[in-house]
Amino acid sequence: MAKVLMKGNEAIGAAAIKAGCKYFFGYPITPQNELPEFMSKELPKVEGVFVQAESEVAAINMIYGGAGTGARVMTSSSSPGMALKQEGISYIAGAELPCVIVNISRGGPGLGGIQPSQADYFMSTRGGGNGDYRHLVYAPATIQEAVDLTIEAFNVADYYRNPVLILADGMTGQMMEPVEFNEPTKRDLPAKDWATTGTKGKRKPNIINSLALDPAELEKHNWRLDAKYKDMEKKEVRHEMYQMDDAEVVFVAYGTTSRIVKNAVDALREEGIKAGLIRPITLWPFPMKAFTDIPESAKAIISVEMSTGQMVDDVKIANEGRLPVHFYGRPGGMIPSPEEIMKNAKEILGGVK
Amino acid sequence: MSVVFKKTEGLTDKQTHYCPGCTHGIIHRLVGEVLEELGVLGETVGVAPVGCSVLAYDYFNCDMHEAAHGRAPAVATGIKRILPKNVVFTYQGDGDLASIGTAEIIHAAHRSEKFTTIFVNNAIYGMTGGQMAPTTLIGQKATTAPLGRDAATTGMPLKMSEMLATIDGAVFVERVSVHNVPNIRKAKKAIKKAFEIQLEGKGFGIVEVLSTCPTNWGLTPVESLQWLEENMLPYYPLGNFRTPEEGK
Ligand SMILES: Cc1ncc(C[n+]2csc(CCOP(=O)(O)OP(=O)(O)O)c2C)c(N)n1
Ligand code: SF4
Repeated sequence: MAKVLMKGNEAIGAAAIKAGCKYFFGYPITPQNELPEFMSKELPKVEGVFVQAESEVAAINMIYGGAGTGARVMTSSSSPGMALKQEGISYIAGAELPCVIVNISRGGPGLGGIQPSQADYFMSTRGGGNGDYRHLVYAPATIQEAVDLTIEAFNVADYYRNPVLILADGMTGQMMEPVEFNEPTKRDLPAKDWATTGTKGKRKPNIINSLALDPAELEKHNWRLDAKYKDMEKKEVRHEMYQMDDAEVVFVAYGTTSRIVKNAVDALREEGIKAGLIRPITLWPFPMKAFTDIPESAKAIISVEMSTGQMVDDVKIANEGRLPVHFYGRPGGMIPSPEEIMKNAKEILGGVK
Repeated sequence: MSVVFKKTEGLTDKQTHYCPGCTHGIIHRLVGEVLEELGVLGETVGVAPVGCSVLAYDYFNCDMHEAAHGRAPAVATGIKRILPKNVVFTYQGDGDLASIGTAEIIHAAHRSEKFTTIFVNNAIYGMTGGQMAPTTLIGQKATTAPLGRDAATTGMPLKMSEMLATIDGAVFVERVSVHNVPNIRKAKKAIKKAFEIQLEGKGFGIVEVLSTCPTNWGLTPVESLQWLEENMLPYYPLGNFRTPEEGK
């Protein structure tokens, strides 16, 4: 298929439609507005439905009802709106329904700003809602990857009966790149015989629910969910290793930041400094194994984030105390430059030697 | 021997958990009978709330979807927009619908979502132990209004039907009560009408049903029916506030 030049937000919408999503429920917030706008224009063409909800709370609950019918449904938002969606995400995870949620994140806390940020890492990977639950978090670095992962996300959501989050920042949402729409990888998807579509008098009523008043029953449910999450940890982890074979300084960065870090890695190597990058593509499950694959040559790890440091906690867990872990970050919607990342690395290597 | 009276197909055989004398059970039965009589049980998806009727998903003999506190109208919107040919209803208490979920019900009505809401107004929070609801009457005691509700600090009881009747998208709004047999009959008629309007695709319909909570009102079941009649009816007048014909 030929490549087309598209804005990130619109490309994600087009990918969702390509994946068979015909129903979108959302609420406006910058910098993701082009996504619901695109859906409002395109979904009627495929006999789909776009609803502008009265709030993010309502939108995610429309998704909860919609997912219950067995249809492929999607919502999108940005950081403050995502905070509001957490209630619904907990219910959807508890009731084990598939859906895809997009967060085109911005700086916070509170109303924050509208520039790209990665400060929603905790909220996204720890489960901002109540209770023991997890969901996959894909962090695309390019618009092509956002498209591929969006298509994949619907399959993964159906496979596990679980919400899947696409976490991209305002940079990916707003910029334009050429993309092509590929077929999703094949998976044997279970029948949606749990869906509430009316019994038609042919079966017992289906109940979609996350309530279990008997603690013994709820404990069983929690362990069953946990086993599913463990399965995801085994099968769904994705990451990229860049220039890692002989790396002395190991950067860890995801999404937009990883692209800037790649430039820094290349420039450092031109200066004779062996730099490499571990790029988590799934933030949950976090690519723990990538850290046991770090070569002997490595002297230090630097987590680079557009936040005051959130992923660095996972980096420390994955590193298990083997190498010194440093952090370099720019919060509030500031975007780090390759030069400042290089300078930071040189300072750290100077100290390490 | 001819059968004069039998359990409705609209309800399962599960024993309900409602307190003795609570009228939630009567309202369940009316909804079940209406769905059975309309022959739509196989097409219906109900949305249960948070509140004493949280377990309604076990009682109605159709597909059911449990919702977060107050969010049933949003959940129902998601279902009905994807399954426009199905019958969708929400069953919600007054804390659920008139407090935490006010935005959801107002906007579902405003968009004229084509589902039916059964709104059970018992003037109190039942499930959590008798706290004040937006619908609690002035002077009525509640665990969070120990001296009785005071308008100066808590406002006047919210009249949801009157409020919803100002919204163009709410095509059917009626308040009924289940405190005696003639009113139970009228309540069933209103519930049936509301579902018929959904089947005709006309828009959003809501039936507010005045109900009792003997446990948290601290009254016997019979005293509760009397209390409803004497105290709730004057403030919450029964009647139809909107029908589709009205707009013509
Ligand atoms: C988000 C949230 N807040 C609070 C509660 C606790 N809660 C459960 S039931 C209820 C009140 C329900 O009252 P009402 O809707 O009037 O129904 P009733 O029990 O009287 O039938 C509350 C506050 C909850 N479950 N979820
Ligand atoms: S607490 Fe009140 S509303 Fe709840 S079941 Fe008992 S009597 Fe009914």
